[in-house]
Amino acid sequence: MSATSAFPRRGSALGRLTRTELRLFVREKAGPAFAIGLPLALLTVFGTIPYYRRHEVGGTPLLDLYVPILCAFVLATLAFNWLPAVLAGYREKGVLRRLRTTPVGPARVLAAQLLVALATAAVAVTALLLVARLAFGVPLPRQPYGYAAALVLAALALMAIGLFVAAAAPHGRAANAVGATLFYVMMFFAGLFLPIAAMPPLLRHISRAAPLGAAAQALTDAAGGRWPHPLQLITLAGYAVAFCAGAIRLFRWE
Amino acid sequence: MPAVIEVRHLHKAYGADVAVDDVSFSVERGEIFGVLGPNGAGKTTTVECVEGLRTPDRGEIRVLGLDPRRERAELTQRLGVQLQDGRLPDRLTVGEALRLYASFYRRPADPLALADALGLSGELRTPYAALSGGRQQRLSIALALVGNPEVAVLDELTTGLDPQARRDTWDLIRQVQARGVTIVLVTHFMAEAERLCDRVAVIDGGRVVALDTPAALAERVQGGQTVRFRPSVPFADSLLTGLPEVTGLTRQGDAVAVTGTGDALAAVTAVLARHGIVAERLRLEQADLEDAFVALTGGPRSARTPDDDRGSRTGSDHESRSGPGPGPGRGSSPDPGPGPVPPPGPGREPQSDRDRVSRSVHPAPAPTPAPSPASE
Repeated sequence: MSATSAFPRRGSALGRLTRTELRLFVREKAGPAFAIGLPLALLTVFGTIPYYRRHEVGGTPLLDLYVPILCAFVLATLAFNWLPAVLAGYREKGVLRRLRTTPVGPARVLAAQLLVALATAAVAVTALLLVARLAFGVPLPRQPYGYAAALVLAALALMAIGLFVAAAAPHGRAANAVGATLFYVMMFFAGLFLPIAAMPPLLRHISRAAPLGAAAQALTDAAGGRWPHPLQLITLAGYAVAFCAGAIRLFRWE
Repeated sequence: MPAVIEVRHLHKAYGADVAVDDVSFSVERGEIFGVLGPNGAGKTTTVECVEGLRTPDRGEIRVLGLDPRRERAELTQRLGVQLQDGRLPDRLTVGEALRLYASFYRRPADPLALADALGLSGELRTPYAALSGGRQQRLSIALALVGNPEVAVLDELTTGLDPQARRDTWDLIRQVQARGVTIVLVTHFMAEAERLCDRVAVIDGGRVVALDTPAALAERVQGGQTVRFRPSVPFADSLLTGLPEVTGLTRQGDAVAVTGTGDALAAVTAVLARHGIVAERLRLEQADLEDAFVALTGGPRSARTPDDDRGSRTGSDHESRSGPGPGPGRGSSPDPGPGPVPPPGPGREPQSDRDRVSRSVHPAPAPTPAPSPASE
């Protein structure tokens, strides 16, 4: 038994945890399929229907309007369908309880999940923008920095809400149900079913205050070449801070 | 040297439900310390307070001189834990789990060497969900050790394992002890505590009802042994009850049960031989930890299910209680065989009517309960 000798440690705990979680995420297959495959499939469907390329709302082809919405879809599915399910499942199975007896703290456990979600979102959004540009001629965002800023803030806001759901839900089934409900409501306000620009005024106002609506609007603005309205960015940042604080406060290991 | 774990007057209630009433004990460096008790006795709550997973309502706990709650970060580096119900993600492989957990610690063990030592090196790429119960348990033990802890707390180590896997796990724990790790073993299996533990704290109703070596606990219950046989010819009770080594004699049909001190068997067989009486179907029963446990906790209750008894008392499990074992630090337990005999427990009835499989030794030329050679 020579295992007692000190073993040179490779990589930080957070790095190792993130890489491990990323592998599990890929192995699970459902996560990548929903977060990367489904938005791409939707884009392909919309892109091959001529109506979406010819019909314009406020001078922009409908398909161009849908690309930011699909980016919001990526973030929403990770934040509401995947994140709460994973964490609540870990809690139910005792995975978190087991981790709790180690020197790794809750912050690193949550951070690893966030990093996996962000990395997946980055891949999915990049793929969406490239396929939209190369296959369907949708121009790349004209204000890339504004687009990136809106994406990061939106991701943080939605993930924070997802973490909050995971922390607050009494068990895995509740987390899934709440997550799925939030997903559809949020996607409605993001304009998945009806683009924000085509909504009646009252719905449009609610949309801009809803996290995913604010995200879609900010992305749409940046795609068109304008910096997102500060109010929308502040809205997103506000959601991120408030729900992150709530999630950390409510976090339970078991 | 100060104790590795010091628990003083621990009290913990969940609402009106008192889980731990008043528990005190200390664990010395290098020993295997058993926490034994029926289900719901407060064992797990006690060790969870030791691990810093729960906050005691009252009392004081020091582990390696640390406060488990306030100095948690340091404690988790030096205390390895195996949980009763902690699982891993289904698709995480053995190798990934070991490397992941190793990355949490300042001075981890080499995950590959550890896997090797625990017989897991052939399954490094096997996902957790595809492992058998025994293998999952092995991995769980490996993860408790991967941080090179000074103390390991193992909760319900062998629950759900088949007898062979259970015995393998016991061997493993002895190896871990040999590395110098202090071990706290939570269990409700008598045989496990009896085989492994240097000392045992019996907890019942949230209190420590006894704390001693397994052998000493067993002897406390019943002063010696019970000799059972069927005489080839009738004889008068007084033939045996007059012997100083004999404390009692009961008959059931033509079966005779003689209770007495540790030397009773030798004395009884000698007298019978002198009178030309053959003792047919001669059996020797000795009090064991289970007897002690039943006496101390007022009955088996839920702690011993029929399954427990089958699991721990069948087949090759039948060997007489190990005396001073080969391992380090085990020499202190008194040999239950011939030797100084403590006075019989006050008012203890000989457990003649207990319906269970008992340890038995067949009459040998010399009436010494010789342990059978290692059965593996």
